[in-house]
Amino acid sequence: MENDKTETVKIPYFPGCTLKTTAKNFEQSALRSMEKLGVEMVELPKWNCCGTVSSLASDDLMKHLAPVRDFIRVEEMNNTGLVDNEYRMLTLCSMCFNTLKQTNIRVTSSPEDLQSVNQFMYLEKDYEGKVDVTHLFELLDSMGFDTIAERVVRSLDGLKIAPYYGCLLLRPKSVGIDNPENPSIIERFISSLGGSPVMNWEAKSRCCGSYHTVDNKAIVIKSVKGIIENAREFGAETIITSCPLCAFNLDNRQEDIMKEFPDFDPMPVFYFTQLLGLALGLGDEVLGLDDNCIDPRPLLKRSGLYE
Amino acid sequence: MSEERNMVTVYILGEHFMVPEGSTIMTALEYSGFQLKRGVGCREGFCGACATVYREKGEYKLKGGLACQTVVSDGMTIARIPFVPAEKAAYNLEELKPDVSTFVELYPSVFRCVSCNTCTKICPQDINVMDYIQDIIKGDIASAAQTSFDCIRCGLCALRCPAEIVQFNVGMLAQRLYGKYLAPKSPELETRVAEIEEGKYESEIKRLKVLPKEELVKEYYERDIKIT
Repeated sequence: MENDKTETVKIPYFPGCTLKTTAKNFEQSALRSMEKLGVEMVELPKWNCCGTVSSLASDDLMKHLAPVRDFIRVEEMNNTGLVDNEYRMLTLCSMCFNTLKQTNIRVTSSPEDLQSVNQFMYLEKDYEGKVDVTHLFELLDSMGFDTIAERVVRSLDGLKIAPYYGCLLLRPKSVGIDNPENPSIIERFISSLGGSPVMNWEAKSRCCGSYHTVDNKAIVIKSVKGIIENAREFGAETIITSCPLCAFNLDNRQEDIMKEFPDFDPMPVFYFTQLLGLALGLGDEVLGLDDNCIDPRPLLKRSGLYE
Repeated sequence: MSEERNMVTVYILGEHFMVPEGSTIMTALEYSGFQLKRGVGCREGFCGACATVYREKGEYKLKGGLACQTVVSDGMTIARIPFVPAEKAAYNLEELKPDVSTFVELYPSVFRCVSCNTCTKICPQDINVMDYIQDIIKGDIASAAQTSFDCIRCGLCALRCPAEIVQFNVGMLAQRLYGKYLAPKSPELETRVAEIEEGKYESEIKRLKVLPKEELVKEYYERDIKIT
């Protein structure tokens, strides 16, 4: 390992529940990858649930308490020296990102709502509206994909990767990290790792079925089957996503699809930080490929990316 | 009686009573002639039986506390909660896993927490109730068990929760899972349990059981306590 002395940037990090329970490998690969890129993701002390789904009702402020409480944690981190003048709040999960950012827009654009929320939470310090909810893709983009390309030690040469955006990274427009109709950020991410992004495939922002996976698997099975088949049609060997729920649906529901459609040809699915880590030279003990449902290792072996 | 005590006015179930200043709510109730059969227990702040909701004069906030630990104030309005008919999941601890999936199964309402912190605000034990519910959502059962440890299950948190979570029973489950699966094992305890099962202390117990009271007391105070 080259001993480069670039200064480490400390950024407040909001993990969300999934990365702490059922998708620990997604978090590990992100933490260690970012360490390699000179970013220390400092977990918020005592964070709470992001709120999961953003409430759009104008009179339902209660549902915005959870995100605002987390924003207060970020401001506290700056006041207690955990981070230094760093109000970006880093998220990996698309759902957390979306919910947090919607609330942030709501309370920073409506002083009355912010006052109501602050008054309700009278045991906390007031939220001052300083937080900037940032998705890891945005952070990588701001660091420059060229810079990241320079750090790649195991180029994903030739791997045909379909960028799956899902809905929460792009919609609504005010929250989205890229053009909702024609995004390119994940394509540029893939290219920076040496991979070949599958361009212009139709299903890249189609809904995966989301939380219907809990009570109506059939909806998810139908949707995921369409997404995988479309990716394959466009030449993809694998799919990446930043949403743990999309990842679960795209990956684990393929088992259900195979039961129903014996001819279905499964496709491995990566969380984006797993491929980032792979390209930056991290090993399986960090990437946790064993926890992926459709085993991605045969594909990686074929591509010379895994021993 | 030569000594005059200052009296304060309290309202119990809407009726007004004069009670001695400095009384606990429980004393005030009994002084006012209420015979307590439910909602009363140890009278020492440990059992959690006497959850009470009250409002102080001029305040808009409803507060909660234990009747045996809360001192009345002039103009206080009081309503006791004799029993909280809260949901309590039935389970066999032997069959459970000490992770988040157990709570998804047995107490799904946990995942409706909106982080309003109302539970923490009312807790008479000053427990960070919301924090331990959030610990469970994050899968940190050990932290949930430790944070909820002082809970005496008075039920006030569950009564106030807008997400209809039964915090105190959820905390109990976390503590049980922690105790059974996550807490560090104590080899001393296991050795001692084995000794007891082998009957090592049988004869000593038999001897103590028939000892006259005076001698038992004497032996108790003269006993040798070894602290290693």
